[in-house]
Order: sequence, then C-alpha cells, then structure tokens
Amino acid sequence: MSEDARIEEVAAKWKDVPGSLIMALHEVQEKLGYVPRETAMELAKEMHVPLARIYEVLTFYSFFKLTPPGKHKVQVCLGTACYLKGAAKLVEELKDQLKINEGETTEDGMFELELVRCVGCCGLAPVVVIGEKVYGNVEPAEIASILSEYEK
Amino acid sequence: MAEKICLEDIQKSQQEAGDTWIKVGMATCGIAAGADKVYKAVLKEVESNGLNIPVMITGCIGSCYAEPLVEVKTSEGQFMYTGVDEAMVSDIVGKHVATGKSLPSGVPSDSFNEGQMRIAMRHCGIVDPESIDSYIGNDGYAALRKHLTEGTPEGVIEEMKKSGLRGRGGAGFPTFMKWTFASKSKSDEKYIICNADEGDPGAYMDRSILEGDPHAVVEGMILGGYAIGATKGFFYVRAEYPLAIRRLQKAIDACKKYGILGENIFGSSFSFDIEIRLGAGAFVCGEETALIASLEGKRGTPRPRPPFPTDKGAFEKPSVINNVETLANVSAILFKGGDWYGSIGVGKSTGTKVFAVTGKVKHSGLVEIPMGTTIRDVVFKICGGIAKEKKILAVQTGGPSGGVITEQYLDTPISYESLAELGSIMGSGGMIVMDEDDCIVDIAKFYLGFCVDESCGKCSPCRIGGKKMLGLLEKISEGKGELGDLDKLKQICHAMQKASLCGLGQTAPNPIVSTLRYFEHEYKAHITEHKCRAGVCQKLLKYLVVEDKCKRCGICQKICPADAIEGDRKSGFTVIQDKCIKCGSCLDSCKFDAIVKK
Ligand SMILES: Cc1cc2nc3c(=O)[nH]c(=O)nc-3n(C[C@H](O)[C@H](O)[C@H](O)COP(=O)(O)O)c2cc1C
Ligand code: FES
Repeated sequence: MSEDARIEEVAAKWKDVPGSLIMALHEVQEKLGYVPRETAMELAKEMHVPLARIYEVLTFYSFFKLTPPGKHKVQVCLGTACYLKGAAKLVEELKDQLKINEGETTEDGMFELELVRCVGCCGLAPVVVIGEKVYGNVEPAEIASILSEYEK
Repeated sequence: MAEKICLEDIQKSQQEAGDTWIKVGMATCGIAAGADKVYKAVLKEVESNGLNIPVMITGCIGSCYAEPLVEVKTSEGQFMYTGVDEAMVSDIVGKHVATGKSLPSGVPSDSFNEGQMRIAMRHCGIVDPESIDSYIGNDGYAALRKHLTEGTPEGVIEEMKKSGLRGRGGAGFPTFMKWTFASKSKSDEKYIICNADEGDPGAYMDRSILEGDPHAVVEGMILGGYAIGATKGFFYVRAEYPLAIRRLQKAIDACKKYGILGENIFGSSFSFDIEIRLGAGAFVCGEETALIASLEGKRGTPRPRPPFPTDKGAFEKPSVINNVETLANVSAILFKGGDWYGSIGVGKSTGTKVFAVTGKVKHSGLVEIPMGTTIRDVVFKICGGIAKEKKILAVQTGGPSGGVITEQYLDTPISYESLAELGSIMGSGGMIVMDEDDCIVDIAKFYLGFCVDESCGKCSPCRIGGKKMLGLLEKISEGKGELGDLDKLKQICHAMQKASLCGLGQTAPNPIVSTLRYFEHEYKAHITEHKCRAGVCQKLLKYLVVEDKCKRCGICQKICPADAIEGDRKSGFTVIQDKCIKCGSCLDSCKFDAIVKK
C-alpha cells in the first residue's frame, strides 16, 4: 500500500472522533517510525486541521519524532530507581560505544540513543530497552555484548 | 451483538478447571527477566510429559526482584519458584508437577505476601489478565451486576463514603466527594476518566495493575460511571506501556462481547462505553486539567481551576478523573462493602496503599500494605532491608513532588497525614530507599532536573524558578556555591509553591524544601568544605594515590586518558588534580586498592 493510502486510512478512522489528533499521530508514527513533514501536511488536509495545530502537538510531546529513527532504538531509563543504581554510567558507556549523543542516530542508521524516564521496571533497575526488549540489572561491562545481539 | 452471559456458569466452569495448574508471571518485568522463554519451555515440558493441566499467564505479584516466577499448584499446595530459567523448567514440570511433590527450591506461595494485604492488587499474579472468564471466576463483575440490577447510583456513592477511600493518584481527595460533585452536575453527557499516565519516575503500580488485572480497573470505572451518571469512560494511558495498553484493550473488547459494556448492561437501563486514549510522553499530563487538554488532542498544558473538572472537564462536560489504583479499589469495595474497607487502616487514611519500593533495598518490588504500617516494616521486614549491608540514608516518597524521611522517623505509621507532617507526601506510591552511597544534593538535583525538563512552560514561576534553582544546585554540587545560595533556594521554593499555575510547579520545590529541612548540613558541606560525603558529585571528587599500598606497577598511568598521573616506577605516582577529569579509570584499574576517591 502506498504511504498516501495509509495516511488516508488513518485520517478516515479518526476524522470524526472528537479530539483524536494525538491518536492519529500515534498511528502514523507506528507505521512510519516518525512523522515526516509531508505526512503531517497530508494529515492536515485529510483531517481538516491546520498544520500549525499538528506541529503544536508534535513539538510538545517527547514521544513524537520528526526525524527518521535508527533501526534499533536504544532507550536508557533515567528514572529515579535506575538513576540511583548507576544508569548514568550506562549512558556514558553507550555514548562511547555508539559514538553518538543522546537523541542522535549512528551514522550507519543502526542505533538511536534515547534517554527515558521510567519504563516501569524499576525492580530491575538499571534498565536498558532495545526495541521492545527490556534488559534489567545492566552493568556497563555488559553493554558491548548486548549491542552485539543487534549488529547486522 | 453481545452474548448473553451468566456469571455463575462462568464461575463454575472456572472452578472446575482443576486443582493442578502452572502459572507463569508475564508482566513487563517478568518478560524482561526472561519469562517468555520460560513460558514456552513450560508449555513444551507439559506436552512432552503428556500432562493435561492448564498453564496460565498472570501479571506481576510484585516480587520483581525474584522474576521470572513460576507457581505450581498440586494437591500438596501452592509453591513458587523464583529466578526460573529454561533449565529449571524440566524439573519443575517433570518432577514437581508430575509427582505432586514440590522441589526443595519451591517456596510456599503464602510467604510472598507476609506483612502485606492485597486489595488493589488482589488478583495480580492470580488471574489470567487476558481472560475475562478468569476474572469472573474470581468474583469479577458480581459487584457491578448487583449494583446495576438491585442498587442505585446514590447507593454506590454511599458505599464509597463508608469506605473512606481517598484518591491514590497523589492528592488523596475523597473519591465519594468527587463522585458526589459530578453526580450533581447537570449535563447531557458526563465522563469518567482513568488517569493511567503514571508519571512519577520510579513508581509502576499502575502499570502492574493494568497488566495483571485490567478488569478490576474496568469494573471500577463502570461502577464510577454509573454512580455519576456518565455516558462514557476514557482511559488515558502512557504510550510507554504497550503491554498494559494491549491487555486493557483486550479487556474492554471482552466486556463488549459479554455485554458488560454497551447498551443496557446486565439488563439495566445503564449504558456505558470505554475508549482508550494515549499519552505521548509528558509528565505534566498527569495533572487533571493538562490531562483533559491532552485527551482532547491538544498540547497538554494546565489551566487554572475553578472551574473544576467535575463541573467542566473533558469536552467541556462534567468529568471525574480517577487513578488506576483508586478504581481497582473501587471494584473491591463495592464487592465487599464500604464498612469492610473503612475498617482497615488508620484515621482518615483507610484501606491499603501499594508502594513501589526500589533503590537500595534487597527485595525491590511492589508492596501493598494496610495504612498504618510503619515505613520501617516496609523497608526492613517486607523488603529485606538495605542491600550490601550498607546504612540507610533516607526514604523518599512521593517522587518529584515528595520529600525524604530520615532514619529517626522510620517508625512513623504510614498515612496521608503522617507523611505530610514529615514534609513528604503519599504521592502515587513511589518509595525510593537511599543508602550512605547516595548524595542528598544530587538527589534533589535529580528530581528538580526532572521537573525542569517536564515543565510545560506556561507559567513563569515554574518555568523560570525551576531553571534558576537548578542552576544554584549545580553550582553547589560543583563546589562553587555560597551560603547565601541556600536562602535564595528557599525564597524561590516559596515563590514557586505559592505562584505556580498547577501542581507540577507548586510541588516541584518539595524535594528541595524537604532535603534542606533534614540535610542542610550536607548542602553546607558541599559549599564550605567542598565535600560530597557520598563521593557522588564528580566535580568535588579527588582521586589520590595511597603511598603505602601502591606497588608502583604503573597501570594507572598507562590507563589515565588525561595524562593526569605523573611520576615513574622509581619515585611513585601522584594524580595531578588540575588535569584529572575524574573518570575513575585509575581506581578501576588498580589491583591493589591503592587509589581512593575522596
Ligand atoms: C504534575 C502532576 C502529575 C500527576 N501525575 C499523576 C499520575 O501520573 N497519575 C495519577 O493518577 N495522578 C497524577 N496526578 C494527580 C492527578 O492530577 C489527580 O489528582 C488524580 O489522577 C486524581 O485521581 P484520584 O483522586 O483517584 O487520585 C498528577 C498531578 C500533578 C500535579
Ligand atoms: S526508574 Fe527505571 S524503570 Fe523505573
């Protein structure tokens, strides 16, 4: 299915549901991994909302991405429990190994590093999430082997 | 078209399911620890042993430190296996289940909840969260049917009044009062909204309840909807909780199929529907008016109250907002009665509270205790005390809006009032245990940093005050603070508390006010002595070579990325403080403990 057709589908589903712009954007992001500008424009047309309204929302919520994501999203939890258990060291290690800063994607597009606040597994702190897989009680020394599960 | 169902038939068929079963805990935390592999292994073993017994998935029983958990029931009783991996499964199934005799590593299931009382989490780890029949088999939806067919909305509110239940989302406002206001508001449409935005970083009871027993929350919401005359319910769930969202949607769909949602529920005149709306990563959306804005598809910024949501809420209609744990309690209260719930707890804090106990405790996890239990019992009896035999520094409750409780107050019985007296709050139930290795200034900076990140920017006390305070704390943690900074902090705290638009800004100073109250000496040590007792504040650290212990191997010098270690194997080594970047590589590399950080 072409991208336009998919956007039309999303718009058709939510157009008449009051206050559902965020839900529609979630669906777009789930399909495309981020919300490209053309898509936002398309959605504005289809859902009859001004483009400014869409960007107002996109830029407010940290969950929405405006640039293409890396193939694997690496999230480090910096919630309280994880912070106390040394999550900051994991961030350093990941930055070192991936040679990127938070919010960036590696040159080969494989990994993207994101810092999040509590993924709800505080009992396993410190926690790293890659894709949907959660790693608990992570030590900095384990980072290399965890990343290697995803390489190529 | 909904099926016609009979609760009793389903209950009976559930009870007939047998006396022998296996349950695998499959909440996010269990799966993270490897429960999905264990589950598959169990299925395989059961098949290869030719056993015909049910293998069920359940949510989290709260003992997150011991995941993955497998529970086995035979005629001998119920036993729990902790830290299960695939290799252990063949014995658990092949020996225990097949012969009926538990293995030495099995622990009687009861011992896991010692000192606790499960009400909101009554079914977590017991029912299959993906099966409505499993919930009905455990008395689910009986209270709803009773009140819809035999009772009145006023009767439901009356029961809630007797129970004394107060909101578990943070503010502790009596639930019956909120419902009374909303029931008196006149409108063609009203809504009940479940706040499942769980923003406190370090608390996860709401996720666990939604993943472990979504129907308990759905039933609570329908009852609340009935009480206030709502036409529709919304769940506002964090997008970061995909499994909770999936299970909740499944629960709602199952209810629609059984006619528990939709037109004329249980043949009554009450019709009600539920929709899920997702958050998108903004802590402020846990605040009621911001949540409403977000639910309407807008930027999640708060607005002044009044009008209160019970008069003018979502889409300008009267709306009640209740927390997940609150609603899970509601369905229990309306099943067992308000008097029963009201008899538990102390004074105006009735019932139980779930805490997510994390940080430096041995057994971190979810703990549900009757109000009035002491903090010491929670930390030392239920959660096994401090890990690694360290000394406790403080217990933090209430997350970024809360405060610290020091050792001398650990015997305080937990209640809304007692925690407030100590300068903290109940909050949503985060309980972070800190030990001597934690720095109080760093913790305060952490929480404030969180609030600064999450401030929506709409009101200036919060937007500017937070940033200014963070600047001061950074200065102090770098050893550049002045004593006058403490007064400045106190002034800004006061201004933010009084002048911020919403709860976020009003409570963001709390961790600072509270740590200044109990640990002003630590702030002062950072300022006047340039000392961080815990060795956490990097800029204040000094790495030093201990002459007596140094064997002059020279590894530290080779490893130092900043060339900050001078000397040679003859004359010994010293760390040049101006060059040192405090990375700690030398300390890690020294085999003789000859490098210390001070
Ligand atoms: C900044 C801020 C964040 C909040 N976050 C949450 C939250 O994540 N979950 C929640 O239930 N309540 C949260 N609250 C409290 C809610 O505004 C509200 O009081 C609560 O959901 C009402 O439900 P209850 O009466 O059942 O507790 C938050 C409040 C503020 C000011
Ligand atoms: S603080 Fe990291 S999972 Fe909760």
